[in-house]
Order: sequence, then C-alpha cells, then structure tokens
Amino acid sequence: MSEVPAAPEPAPEVEMHEWLRVNPLSMAVQMVRTLASAIIPAIFILYGAATAEPDSEGLARLAPYFIPILVLIVGINLAGAYLNWWRLRYRVGDTDVRVEQGVLSRSARSVPYERIQDVSLEQKLIPRLLGLVEVKFETGAGGKEELKLSYVSEVEGEKLRETVRALVEGEATAPSASAEAQASEPVPEARGELLFSMDAKRLFTFGLFNFSLVIFAVLIGALQQLEFLLPFDMWDYIADIFRDDRIAQAGDLVNSYSTVAQIIAILYAIGAVIVVGMASGVVRTFVRDWEFRLERTPKGFRRRRGLLTKTDVVMPVHRVQALVVKTGVIRRRFGWHGLSFISLAQDAGSANHDVAPFAKMDEIAPIAREAGFTLPGESAAWRRASADYYFDRAVLQAFFPETAALIAIALGYTWIGLLLAAVAAILVLGEYFLWRFVRHALDPLQVLSRRGWLAPNLRIANRVKLHSVEITQNPLARWRGYCTLRFGLAGGRLAFPGLSMEDAREMRAAVLDSIAAVDFAKLPR
Amino acid sequence: MDTEPLTKLDPAYATVMRIEGTLTVLPFLIVAIVLGVVGPIPQPWTWAPMIVPVLIALVAVMLLPMKRYRSRGYHISDDRLRVVKGVLFHADTVVPFSRVQHLDVEQNPLERMFGIARLILHTAGTHNSSVTLPGLRHGDAVTMREQIRAHVKRESL
Repeated sequence: MSEVPAAPEPAPEVEMHEWLRVNPLSMAVQMVRTLASAIIPAIFILYGAATAEPDSEGLARLAPYFIPILVLIVGINLAGAYLNWWRLRYRVGDTDVRVEQGVLSRSARSVPYERIQDVSLEQKLIPRLLGLVEVKFETGAGGKEELKLSYVSEVEGEKLRETVRALVEGEATAPSASAEAQASEPVPEARGELLFSMDAKRLFTFGLFNFSLVIFAVLIGALQQLEFLLPFDMWDYIADIFRDDRIAQAGDLVNSYSTVAQIIAILYAIGAVIVVGMASGVVRTFVRDWEFRLERTPKGFRRRRGLLTKTDVVMPVHRVQALVVKTGVIRRRFGWHGLSFISLAQDAGSANHDVAPFAKMDEIAPIAREAGFTLPGESAAWRRASADYYFDRAVLQAFFPETAALIAIALGYTWIGLLLAAVAAILVLGEYFLWRFVRHALDPLQVLSRRGWLAPNLRIANRVKLHSVEITQNPLARWRGYCTLRFGLAGGRLAFPGLSMEDAREMRAAVLDSIAAVDFAKLPR
Repeated sequence: MDTEPLTKLDPAYATVMRIEGTLTVLPFLIVAIVLGVVGPIPQPWTWAPMIVPVLIALVAVMLLPMKRYRSRGYHISDDRLRVVKGVLFHADTVVPFSRVQHLDVEQNPLERMFGIARLILHTAGTHNSSVTLPGLRHGDAVTMREQIRAHVKRESL
C-alpha cells in the first residue's frame, strides 16, 4: 500500500491517520433510545403505584422516590452515553479503517481496505432528525460482524464514504489508475442516471400485493405485553366467554339470523381481514420503499429508499454475482416482477439486494443489461430436469397419503379416504407441473435457472463468477441415474436438482472451462 | 473430463480410519465388559450387550474404512482439482485453481503418526467454501499445495 502516494489523496477532506470521534449528537441518539426503553416501563410502574392503595405494600412505598429515581435513570444514561462517545474513536489509515470502542472491555477492530466490499449509509428516524448517519463498512462477514460507525454527520458520512471508497479502489487497481479515477470524479454522486424509481401509485399497488397479516400477530403480542393496563383480565374474560355459555349465546344469535345474513356476516369477516392485510401491506411498503430510487453512478448502482429509516447503498457493478427475478402467484398475472442482485455484501439482513422490487419486465431488462447480464429471450435453449426425478418425488410424496387413503376406505371412512386420495393427487400433479416448468439453460456467458411453477423464480449467474462445481448423488439418484449439480456462488446458492448425468456433466465441463479461463484475481472485486 | 482415472489415496488413510473406528468402539466395549462382569442381566444374556460393540466394530472398523477408501479419489490437472467421495451419498467436486482463495495442509496427531495429511482448498463460493482432500502423503500434500499456489500466483501476475 506504500506505493499509493499520499499526494493525490481523494478530494474529500476526511482527516487521514488521525483518531477521530463520532459526532457528539450520537450521545443524544443513544440517550433517546435507552430512555425510550427505560421510561416506558418506568411510566407503567408509576401508573401502577399511583393507582395502588396507599397503605398497600410494594410499589406505593416507593412513590415518594419516583422523581429521584427518574433523575437517576436519566443521569446514568447520560453518563453512559458520554462515556461511550468518549471511548469510541476511529481512524482512516493507509491500509485499513480502525474503530476502537468500549468503556470497560475495549475492542479494537481493523478492516483492511481490500476486504471492504462497500460503504453504506443508513439513517434511522432519530438520527435523521438530528442530521446524523450510520456508516457501515461491509466486508461480507454479515450481521454483527460488520464494522459500523454510529453516528457521524451527513456531510462527514458522505466524505468518509468517498474517501474509503477511493482507497478501496486504490487497493484494487494500480496506483496510477486510482489516481486517475480520483481525479476524474470529484463529485461522483452528483451525476447518476436514474434507472428505476417508484412513485406513490406504484408503491400503493406494490403494497396491495404485499398482503400481510402480521398486524394481528403484533396486536396479540401487544395485548399480552400490556395486558396489565387493561381494566379487566383478558384471559379471565376469554375463559368466561366459554364458561358462561356466552359463546353458546353468540352461536344462538348467529343461528337466529337467516342464511343470507350468515353468509353476509362471514363474507364481511373475510373482507375485513383482507382489507386489514392489504392496508398493513401498503403501510409496510410505504415505510420501507418510500422514494425508491435506483441510479447508475460511475461507482455502481446507487439505491436510496425509506420513509423513517433512510438507506443509501451503492453497489459496484462488478460485485454483482448473480441476478434473481422473482414474482408472486397473483402479481405475476399482472406482469409484476422483482429484481434483486446477489452479492457478498448484505442488505438489511438478506443476502440479496432489492434493486427493482416491483417492476415490469421491460423495466427490469435495462437494469440487468447495466449489470452485465442478459435476460433470456425467446430463443433460450431451455432444458428440463430428468422426468425420473420428478416421478420419484411424486411417488415418495404421494406414498403416505395414498396408503392412508386406501386404509381409510378399507375401514369404511370413505370420505376421509377420498380426501386423502385428493391430497395425493394434488401432490402428484404439483410434481408434474414442476417437471414441466422448472428448467435451466446455459448460454455462452451465463447459467440460467428457472424454478417454481405458480411463482417462477429466475436466477442468472455469470459463468465466470462461479467458484466450484459439484455433482452429488444420493443412493436413489444413483440407482435411477440422475444427480444434483451445484455451483459455488459467492453470496448465494445455485443448484440444479434432478439433472440427468449427461446434462450435468456437459454443464459442468462448459462452466469449468469458462471459470478456468479467467483468474479470480483478474475478476474485478 | 469425467473419464480420466482417479488417483487413489494413500493406503495409510484406510488404516487411520480403522483406528478412528476402533476408538469409537472402545467406550461401548468397556461398558459391555463391565455389564458382563458385574452381571445385572440374568444368566444366558449376561454377555448380550457385547452385540453392540461387535456390530459397531464390524461396520466402523471392518466395513466402512475400506468402502470409504475405495470410493475416494482425486484427479489433479493443470488448472483444476477434482475430488470424488461418498459411499452412499456420492459427491464429485471440481475446483479450478484460479478460484482458490487460500490453501491449508492439516494433520491431526493420528495422521501425523502415519505421515498423511489433508489438503483444504478454500473458495469464495457460499456452497463448497472449503473442499477437503484427506489421505494424501504429507509430502504430496505439500507439493500439491505449492503447485496450486504457484498456479494462483502466476495467474494473478
């Protein structure tokens, strides 16, 4: 790294080789966060104590000390936040980024530039109000192991990102090239070509398809948590419903309605659930994908989104390992698909980066082209997996329900038997459709895999960016002459179960020749 | 490329697996002997627990090591290593040298006694992030490592 001269240092004036502290306002963020988690229980206790009988034991005795206790909690938080801030420092050096933190047990972490995949910025609600960002240095380690700096000011975050990114590029390419690159892009983020964005109308449609009943789970959870605040005991109440025949009364009530009224009531209930599910889907989608923008900048793909938590991720084009085009059973009928990239860096817990979560195919194609992939056209030479494989699967899956059906019919439970037989038939039919619709193809540059029947999922991997090839067979597969072909893909999986041996060997040979022809070190990282 | 003859592993590898199998049998054998000597089980069945170690010994010492040894093999060419293994579950893995991130040669004490080693190839892929080739003569493993490393170095220059 000593070859990289210090002179053509990147334009942003982040202080190099200096130990720096994060923005003091981070203390405020930490305080707000810990206080929020401390104060809510405190208020509940206060409330409980205030409403308790004055002469009773326990909480009420503490009543006079509430204010001091609150002050103490705030004080401890303040001191903690200050100490944390005081003891957290970072340094952007020649070869690595270092972060030292911890009050009692100190940790010092150093990440060499060559391991940094990307620098991303994230703004949660409170930091956003204070103009702060969290800087994440993504190494591909994932999750908690990633190096984070929380929080620096927005300007500082942007500068840090530029500086570190320039240094990373400098590691990757020859020094002269890096100097050139730096010189040519003083404000690289400024000019980006918009590839994809979602307006409110699109988000709303997307939200409708993101039907989710999670709100009910949340409500039940909240009910359990805050139960003690309710003026009555919920579980007793529910028990009463059963014990006192209230449920029977309700049943009588429903029975007394006419059939039409009963049907209307049921439809109403179903309708209500659907409306609530769609509404919560819309809300979640708006919160996550508000102002979704995907741009092509000289540094790569830049994606910004988020209503409360704003994220800003840049992914270099060459780091895209594979594409995934997904869809849903219903949204597919309307032509909606979602595109994501597989790369080593993580995106909000999932390994794939959403780049166009809800788009038409003709919007996805240019993005794929920009990433260096081509979507399969009409002429793609699709191949199917071995029919034996799906036949065996169908036999194995239908075996138990079918046997159970025969036994049930033999014992005289005809209806149950027929039901089980129907289940078996559906399983067999499913395998048949999988055989018809699951397919794969090999073109001169890519490996393509299309899986699923009702909601097909298309994966496209670059042949050169695969790392190993494996053919596996279990005993059944050996007997029946098919196998599973697996490719080593960085950041994702690519497997083709049930291929015929000849097909698998042919694909393996073709891909291996592509891989061996290009060295890993020559691949842009 | 699937027709090339596979190189067999060192016969000592089978011996090492046999010894490992014996070590697995040992605790069962001890328990069975103790049960037989103390005799909590009535007369004709006193030594019945011996069936367990005998069965395990048959499988883990006699049968499996030989089968495993026979099913394993490798082929090293100019630019790739092919590793074949599996008695019931067959796996045939090819790693091109140009995708090797780093290499390990490992030996546990038992392997050291017999002078064999494991060669481990690490790749960046999520699946098969490390491919292990056991049962090589230590010298061969080191030579192969150097050969692969030289290839990696030459390619990246």
